[in-house]
Amino acid sequence: MIEFENVAYSYGGGELLSDISLKLSPGSFHFLTGPSGSGKTTFLKLCYGALLPTSGQVRLFDRDVRSFTRDDMAMTRRRVGVVHQDCQFLDHLTLADNVALSLTVSGRDHFDEMANLSELLNWVGLKSRANALPAELSGGERQRAALARAIIMSPDVILADEPTGNVDWEMSQRLLTLLVELNKMGKTILIASHDLALIRSAKSQVQARVLRISNRRLQLAGADL
Amino acid sequence: MKIKRIQLTTTVRNFILGDAQADRVVPPTGFTAQLTMFSAAAMGFLAVFTLAMSLASGRLADRWGAELARSSTLRISAPPDQLPAQTTAALRLLETTPGVASARALSEDEHRALLAPWFGPDVPVDTLPIPQLIEIIETSAGYDSAGLRLRLSAEVPGAVLDDHTRWRRPLVRAATRLRTLGWVSILLIATVTGAMITLAAHAALAANAQVIAVLRLVGARDAYIANAFVRRFTLRAGIGAFIGTAVGMLALLILPSAQADGGFLTGLGFQGAHWLWPLIIPPIAALVAFFSTRAAARKTLRNLV
Repeated sequence: MIEFENVAYSYGGGELLSDISLKLSPGSFHFLTGPSGSGKTTFLKLCYGALLPTSGQVRLFDRDVRSFTRDDMAMTRRRVGVVHQDCQFLDHLTLADNVALSLTVSGRDHFDEMANLSELLNWVGLKSRANALPAELSGGERQRAALARAIIMSPDVILADEPTGNVDWEMSQRLLTLLVELNKMGKTILIASHDLALIRSAKSQVQARVLRISNRRLQLAGADL
Repeated sequence: MKIKRIQLTTTVRNFILGDAQADRVVPPTGFTAQLTMFSAAAMGFLAVFTLAMSLASGRLADRWGAELARSSTLRISAPPDQLPAQTTAALRLLETTPGVASARALSEDEHRALLAPWFGPDVPVDTLPIPQLIEIIETSAGYDSAGLRLRLSAEVPGAVLDDHTRWRRPLVRAATRLRTLGWVSILLIATVTGAMITLAAHAALAANAQVIAVLRLVGARDAYIANAFVRRFTLRAGIGAFIGTAVGMLALLILPSAQADGGFLTGLGFQGAHWLWPLIIPPIAALVAFFSTRAAARKTLRNLV
């Protein structure tokens, strides 16, 4: 589904990631940890083609990202749901419109897996906030809305960058439950997080692999997690 | 062929009607939108006047050109007792001159009509020492004016060939150049409109960098993102140019109407079917906006992964 083969990424003259090889299988659940600035966000961006590797090969759905046309990349991103830490909403649109953005840009007016937008918002507990603007949402509401937007196209993979970074413990548990549910539906999940408590909690609910970026390289985290 | 035409019609119709959902995705562009509309209106207004000037110059060049083909005058100034004989001699000479299609002496009434603007309609032409005028019509090849003058000086001593075609030619050339300048001005107006809209589009795209990033994140194609901007700028340029054109045409409509013997200024305007010409300004402005915004959007999007 997503494969890295000896991938390196350099930025500003320095190598940020080096010699990374990884394969995310369908239906797997991964956490990505590492200190701030270690390259977690860069790694996620490489996963959905927002960045191209300096060397090595990144394969998305069995194709080298370098061979993608711009339209190919757009179509591929509809198969990869991304949740950013800062959510990245369009401030002039309501929560419902933001969540439905993938559908709008793809010209679709129906959902494959979710019966309707209302049902999806209900699933993430935001049905009553459908007409609120992003600025009117709390941190937890924004993260859940971002998750709803990421899954509305029923993507094969969900990438989340510190999805619980701005929310309290209770809300982070709620978000984790949603992600675990999605994984049980067969979605591949990769969460970048430095929240060890969240990772431990997830491991009690789902079989998750924990990866750590250390010294520019990707390692399988030890049993301490 | 027919299918292609139908597809094109459908594409144009969809472009004009737009997609309400897609239109909402890009936030209102405020200042740049107003700037685009104002620029297009101003350029439309200027284009109407430039077009009117160009068409008026064309009419002037055509009129003078037409007169060139048939107008030179022979003036015979002689004592009254010699005037008829010299007139007859001059007409006989002109009949045998190659390049002269016809020649005729103006009647007393025609003389009176020519003098009327200066002396009134009751000029006693028969009592005044007025030279006899002979109107000469040239063939398309024209005559040898130098040779004719030589012959006239020998056979009709009181004759002066007033070869006004020779001073009209530079005027026709000037009018023709004015017409060319008019079209060059229209081209420049279109270019400046394109440049202004390109700048406004770049500003709008830069201001919406975050919006574009989010749209790319959720899988929007470049064409979708570009269209959202292109449609907006095209319609605004078209509407602005339409307003400017309408105001320009109205201004020309209320100009003093052209008189038969009026000069260039009273003839500045459109005549007959020429009133249809300004109607092409708004579609051209819209086309200029379409291509300039599309180029700007594509360039911006190409720089994003």
